[in-house]
This record gives sequence, structure tokens and C-alpha cells, in this order.
Amino acid sequence: MNFQLTKEQEFVRKMVRDFAVKEVEPIAAEIDAEHRFPTENVEKMGKLGMLGVPFPKEYGGSGGDQLSYAITVEELSRVCASTGVICSAHTSLCCWPIYNWGTEEQKRKYLPDLLSGTKLGAFGLTEPGAGTDAAGQQTKAVDMGDHWLINGSKVFITNGGYAETFVVMAMTDKSKGTKGISAFIIEKDDEGFSIGKTEDKMGICASSTTELIMVNCKIPKDRILGNVGDGFKVAMSTLDGGRIGIASQALGIAQGALDVTVEYMKARKQFGKKLSQMQALQFEIADMKTRIEAARLLIYKAADMKEKHLPYGPYSAMAKLFAAETAMYVTTKAVQLHGGYGYTKDYPVERMMRDAKITELYEGTSEVQKIVIAASVFK
Amino acid sequence: MALKIIVCAKQVPDTNEIKIDPVKNTLIREGVPSILNHDDANALEEALKIKDMYPDTHITVITMGPPQAKDMLIECMAMGADEGILASDRALGGSDTWATSNALSAVIEKIGEYDIIFAGRQAIDGDTAQVGPQIAEKLGIPQVTYVTEFEMDKNMKDITVKRALEDGYEVIKIQTPCMLTAIKELNNPRYMTVGGIFEACKKEIPTWGAKDLGVDPVKEVGLDASPTNVFRSFTPAPKGKGIMIEADSNQEAAQKLLINLKAKHVI
Repeated sequence: MNFQLTKEQEFVRKMVRDFAVKEVEPIAAEIDAEHRFPTENVEKMGKLGMLGVPFPKEYGGSGGDQLSYAITVEELSRVCASTGVICSAHTSLCCWPIYNWGTEEQKRKYLPDLLSGTKLGAFGLTEPGAGTDAAGQQTKAVDMGDHWLINGSKVFITNGGYAETFVVMAMTDKSKGTKGISAFIIEKDDEGFSIGKTEDKMGICASSTTELIMVNCKIPKDRILGNVGDGFKVAMSTLDGGRIGIASQALGIAQGALDVTVEYMKARKQFGKKLSQMQALQFEIADMKTRIEAARLLIYKAADMKEKHLPYGPYSAMAKLFAAETAMYVTTKAVQLHGGYGYTKDYPVERMMRDAKITELYEGTSEVQKIVIAASVFK
Repeated sequence: MALKIIVCAKQVPDTNEIKIDPVKNTLIREGVPSILNHDDANALEEALKIKDMYPDTHITVITMGPPQAKDMLIECMAMGADEGILASDRALGGSDTWATSNALSAVIEKIGEYDIIFAGRQAIDGDTAQVGPQIAEKLGIPQVTYVTEFEMDKNMKDITVKRALEDGYEVIKIQTPCMLTAIKELNNPRYMTVGGIFEACKKEIPTWGAKDLGVDPVKEVGLDASPTNVFRSFTPAPKGKGIMIEADSNQEAAQKLLINLKAKHVI
């Protein structure tokens, strides 16, 4: 049992925080208001190795570990949840399935560009009628002998508008249910592939959430990820890891909201004293801080288990469930502690509260996390 | 020909985080994070820019300090330096600038070959700006302080620098080997990279003591060898609030100032 971060992990936090405070925080409110994808910062993150943290150097990664990756997303999200999820979706949902399920050729072809941030990645599972209920997939892939032909559409795809490499699920045999799903790598310029509607969201407004449209999308045979019928396994194992990323995002949002609220309370005076001197309000901070630390322990444990190849699925679900609820709890309290100012866009807690909500929804709602957790209890 | 660059750096307390003990008038160092001295980060950045252009350039960062100064060397390597060397020994403790430059010159002489030595102008904890120039004198190489622009000829020998003065600048041509001290206007230090962190943490950092350096702990380094001592440290009393004189004309402003000064019996 060791609750100390390694020297490497401490340095990663220092470095990402330094970057986040200098480059991300100053534009966070602006890109939220303008719904603008922060291309300039994503490019810098790539060069600094933040888009390939937990992958070996031989594929162009940073040679880091899962916990360092979680810390990266946490620190980015502490100042901007949109920037955090760009990193998380790219790393967990596109790079990881290619790294884990890809052939050596696929890894050599796709990972160097992805891990260096030269190209951004995205993941397509959700459809208008099927999210976590993957068996309801309508997107079909047909083996045409010398190529695959894919038809269908995906929705709510994080990084959709800016990604160049997509891991997409499609039915190859409807009669087999979830065992009839296969995973494919699609490139932005593939014939018959296009980006549809961009969603107008409540929060994480600077992240790109789009539709993917495949109309007679023709891709080479070697683009299947894993074997025919492995798609559901690819998707579920990917989401297990993705939840560590989203939990880290939620943790970052909560920590960021706590940090700005503490500073606000030290400065704001009412009834002749600072808010920070009022015990009823101090107790709110104590509750917020305690939940944040509990969420952090769950997340770091899940990340450590993944690093050690232990069965971590229920743990990442617990981490995400608890961290997402913590993010909502803390940001709601943070707005309350700011009073009316917290409801204005002059203070970041307004944005943080909007951003927090998504963490209870994507990569499995909180209810889905409970299904995963309960299933591990009653197995 | 691969260039060899030495960067002198110092780990310092983050002055943004420092508090002063109101009774003892000394710095409260407990719990204050240590950082790479700002000007030294500029010194390293300039070396790294040369390495960006000529990738076979070898950068060695040297420092003198307690064992935890290794963390700062790791940071420098995570930014892109090739190696770090720590001079650390109880015998070196308490060194003033003269003794410090003795130790660092000995480190540089032990390294042997070098083309350029970059140092920061001064450290934020002592603000002396003496160690860089003293090292250059002891090594017998030319130096330029307050470097704000740097340019090297393709022959890797001729260097042109801009040296900041209070009211302008000088343009100076200099040849390697030389010592240049950097100010913050020289460049914007880069971030560490994630990959750099994981590589740097694996690297061995040689620690050299007084014996390794062949310096005399009585006459050359350490507290006893230091010709200067800190007599007393104190916090200057805060100045009173200033007054802004607002007036429509200079003459009126001068009148108001005069009235104020007379009222206070200054004149």
C-alpha cells in the first residue's frame, strides 16, 4: 500500500499545471463563450507529450503510466473541462483501443501520429437509438471481399470535428447481437465518410461534439480492429479505461471550483468579516474537500489497477460515479458560496457547474455505472 | 563539431510563496516550494534553442546545493538538457558567492571541454549577480552579462549578443569559449515534456563533493572560506502611502507639491 505519488507523477502534475495555468486558463472563458475548439493549445499539448501519456516511446508515446495520464486530465480540467475531455477522449477512446487491440501494422501506422498529437482521435459507438445499449447498433459493415462497406451514423462524438482517426463500431452480423459487432478504424478522408451536425451543448462548449455519417463508406480490409465480432469487447474494454479519464475530468472540475471558491471566500467580506471566517461556510468547504479527496483516491486506485493489469472495470465505474457526483455537488456549492456573482459569467464557477453535468452523462450515465458496479457485486 | 554547453542553475525558494516571520524578520522557508531560478531557466532555454538548431549539441546543467537540488536538475533534463551534475557536500555549505564560484569553476574544470557557459543573471534569493562573472574570471574566459539577444555564426565560434543597460543596450561580439548571463527578456523558457520527465527521472545524476572537485574546504569553499558573511537580514519597513498630485498644468502641480512639502516641513 503506497499513497505517495512517484517522482514522475509529481513532475507531470507540476508540468501540466504550469501549462494549464499559463496557456489554458487564460482562454477558458473565451473559448466557452465562443464555442471555439482550442486548436492552438491542442497542438501545444501534442508537442509536450500530453496526448500520448500512457503509451510506450516505441510508438511515439511519452512512456508514462495510467496515473500520470489521469493527473494530466485532472490538471487540464481544473481550469478548463473542455480541454480535459479533448485529451481524455483522444487518449482513452481512440489511442488505447488501437494500442490494445490493433495489429503491429495498425499500431505502427496510426499511433505515432496520434500519440504525438499530429492527428487527433475520436471514438464512435453511440447512435441516435443506441448508446450503452450497444446491441441496438444500426450502423452496418458488410464484407465486400476486398473491402468493407459501412453505412450508418453516430452521434455525440467527442473531438468529431477535429479528429482524423476514428475507432467506430458497426454491426457485421445482426443475428449475433453484441457478438455481431466489430470495430473499425476510419480515416477522416475515407470515401463516404463525413462529419454531420455539431451539437450545441449546455457545457464543455469548447469541445467538438458531432455526428459521424457513413454513406457507402469504403475502407480497406485491414482496418478491422481485433477480429470480426470483437467490437463489443473492444468498446466495453475501451469504456472501462475511458471512465478513468472522465472521472479525472470530474475531479479536476471539482478541484478547480474548490480552489477558486476558497480564494473568493478569503477576499469577500460581508457583515464585517470575510466569508472564510464564517464557520457555517467553512464547513461547506470541509465537505467539498473531503468528497474531492475521496474521489481522488478512487480514481488513482482504478488507474493504478489498470497500470498493473488487474481487473479494474468496477473500480473505474465507481470512480466515475463518485467523481461525477462530486463534481456536481462541489460546483453547485461553489456557485452558492459565490452568491449572485457565481451565477454570472464573470466568475468561472458558472462554467464549471455547467461543465460538471456532462460527467454524469457521457461514457455511461451514473445509472450505467451502477449497473456495472452492481453486476460485479451480484456476479 | 558538436557544441558543448554548460548551464549554471540554482534551486531557489519560490519568492511568490515566501512569508516573513514578523518577529524574527527572517524568511519562513518551511513549506515553501523550491523552483528553478527564473533567470537560470532563461539561460537553459537559450542553450536548448541552440540544441534545437544543432541537435548534437550537448547540454550539461550544473548546480551546487543540498541533495534535493537534484529535483531541479531533473526538471532541467525534462526540458531537454542532456545531463545534470550536482555539487553537494557539507563542506560546501554556507559558501558565499566567492566560495560558490570556486566550487562551480572546479565543477566546470572537472567536466573539461565546453564552448559556451550560460548562467542566469542572478538568483532571486540572493540577488547578487556575482557568481556568473566570478566563474568567468576564475576560468579566464570572456563574459557578457545581462544578455538580452543571442546570435551565433554558422562557424559556431563567433557570437553576437545584445547586452541590456539601464538606458539602452550594447552590441558585443565575442568568441567561444565564453560566459553569458541571461536576463528574462532573452527568451521564454519552454515547458518540461511528459516524455522528458520519464526519461529524466531514470537518469543518474552524479554528485560531486569537495574531494571530487579538489577544492580546499578551509580556504576555497564553505562558510569558513567565505570572505563575506550575512550580517543581518531584515524586512524594510513598508513605505507610507504615496499621494498622487492632480493638476491641470505643470505649474499648478509644482505649486501643490511645494505646499505639501512645506506643510510637512521637508523644505
